Amino acid sequence: MIEKVLKGSPKFYVWLAFLGSLIGLGAFTYLFQMKYGLSITGMSRDVSWGFYIAQFTYLVGVAASAVMLVLPAYFHHYKKFKKMIIFGEFMAIGAVLMCMLFIVADMGQPQRMLNVILHPTPNSVMFYDMMVLMGYLVLNAVIGWVTLECERHQVEPPKWIKPMIYLSIFWAFSIHTVTAFLYAGLPGRHYFLTAIMAARFLSSAFCAGPAILLLLLFVVRKMTNFNPGKEAVQTLTKIITYAMTINVFFFLLEVFTAFYSGMPGHAHPITYLFAGHGGHVDWITGFMWVGAILALLSLALLIPPSLRDNEKLLPWSLGILVTATWIDKGLGLIIGGFTPNPFEKYTVYTPTVPELLISLGIFATGLFVVSILWKIALDVKKEAGTF
Amino acid sequence: MKRSRRQFLKVASLSVLGLSTHLATGGIVNAAEQGAQYLPNENGLKAGRWAMVIDTRAFETPEDFDVCVKACHKAHNVPNIPNNQNIKWLWTDTYEHVFPEQGNNHMSESLENRDFFVLCNHCENPPCVRVCPTKATYKKPDGIVAMDYHRCIGCRFCMAGCPYGARSFNFSDPRKHLDMGEVNPEFPTRMLGVVEKCNFCVERLAQGLMPACVEAAEGKIVFGDLNDPESEVRKVLAENFTIRRKPNVGTQPGVYYII
Repeated sequence: MIEKVLKGSPKFYVWLAFLGSLIGLGAFTYLFQMKYGLSITGMSRDVSWGFYIAQFTYLVGVAASAVMLVLPAYFHHYKKFKKMIIFGEFMAIGAVLMCMLFIVADMGQPQRMLNVILHPTPNSVMFYDMMVLMGYLVLNAVIGWVTLECERHQVEPPKWIKPMIYLSIFWAFSIHTVTAFLYAGLPGRHYFLTAIMAARFLSSAFCAGPAILLLLLFVVRKMTNFNPGKEAVQTLTKIITYAMTINVFFFLLEVFTAFYSGMPGHAHPITYLFAGHGGHVDWITGFMWVGAILALLSLALLIPPSLRDNEKLLPWSLGILVTATWIDKGLGLIIGGFTPNPFEKYTVYTPTVPELLISLGIFATGLFVVSILWKIALDVKKEAGTF
Repeated sequence: MKRSRRQFLKVASLSVLGLSTHLATGGIVNAAEQGAQYLPNENGLKAGRWAMVIDTRAFETPEDFDVCVKACHKAHNVPNIPNNQNIKWLWTDTYEHVFPEQGNNHMSESLENRDFFVLCNHCENPPCVRVCPTKATYKKPDGIVAMDYHRCIGCRFCMAGCPYGARSFNFSDPRKHLDMGEVNPEFPTRMLGVVEKCNFCVERLAQGLMPACVEAAEGKIVFGDLNDPESEVRKVLAENFTIRRKPNVGTQPGVYYII
């Protein structure tokens, strides 16, 4: 099926070339990081994880979100999702690849990364994170490819694929739970040390991931006339709405615990994010407020059925939702976890231009892979008449 | 021509085989010989659980601290990088920062103004060891939390895990910030992209020497075996009121402060 990539419109290749140039820019910037180390980033002794790890965390959620299509389709036999599943699975492949690249970009000694396998350490959550990410990549690649191949030949998928699909459902939950455990088990990091972290991660993943999927599918619909189906879109939007409502609720639970208990350690990170420290407000505060307002706005636009089912409005609502969840998890989570530091001191973290360029390169790599995979899926569907 | 090539190959392969067996067996013998050279120093200090008690009352002037910090940083080639990507093994801070959430209103002026040493606590339950994905950070049987700089992948999970901010990461090449003519050849300089921290002078203990800061403190810091009821650390702990940093995180630090 890979030959489908070779026959595309000029527009498609211009798009790939554009992404390729961004990848090149990121790779070129990474050369500087190889030479000068992570000193070219905005990270410091106090804020020792930054933009890279935040993006990794967000993208694990995007990867896991494919389960919001697979689960209804296979557990509840909701057939309307079947047409879209392949796009969710292929998007998950791109997302996991980006996760891995962000981890590598964040390493001080990436050439030693095989040490994680050479010296397996079962007491480290990172060891499990590596395993579940690898596993999820393989599962989605195998399931996606085999089912698409069968669709192409218009035969039933082989029997052995079913158990793999069921496994992938549990696996999707596990990858984001394990990612939450990276944070939720750290003593002395008050913003991370919360039992609800994994639940928050899953709820934000299950709204943001499908929202990104729908947004990308809307673009595809414009370009190729591929139609995911009106009812399928409406059902997925409902799932997104529920997940986002739970996500916002979970965050408010954190706020309650922190401020009603009055325990300084719990309150300080949230206070810092939303109100600054000692009369001084950093750039993150503006982002956090925008994120909070957009989160509520997305609910206001998604909960009333008349607004939710308005196809003109929907892309905007989803875009607002994605922005809000990204600010929460792709910026606030890491900064809040490291500020204040263990000495109750405040060090400002601001990502640098090289850091953002490398991240841009990684995002472009993910989009590049997803573009190629989706092109294959679309062409196969066109041929098979399941467009 | 054909015959001679055949002969050549025969001879050549036999010689390669012979040479490699010789190297292999020779190599083993050499390794065994070398292994015998690495015996622990007979004078090395041993303990069931190394611990440190700092008499914070005795550190009065900045110089009192300075000699210890200098001794430590000189012994371990710790660079001074003038920004927030700095490397710190032994440094000082105020009461409210060293003991957050353990402060009181209206504390004595001396406590408010005094500085306190900060270093790795060599915890009984070290979170940094728990989270390290490569065992580059590990706990020795004598309680010292040690590091293998050559195995560290620089993921900085340990920095997120440490509740004491005791770990530093080499964001840049530390050798650029050292006077390479002045480095201590007894201890390795680190490279770009690895984490490091205080090691309770494990290399000095192995030679029968007290940690560099303890030696420089001239009695103001006591170091010894916590498991030995006769040791000096146990004596000063029994005689003085001491506190440890962040007791609520359950790590059981090995560094005690006489207040």
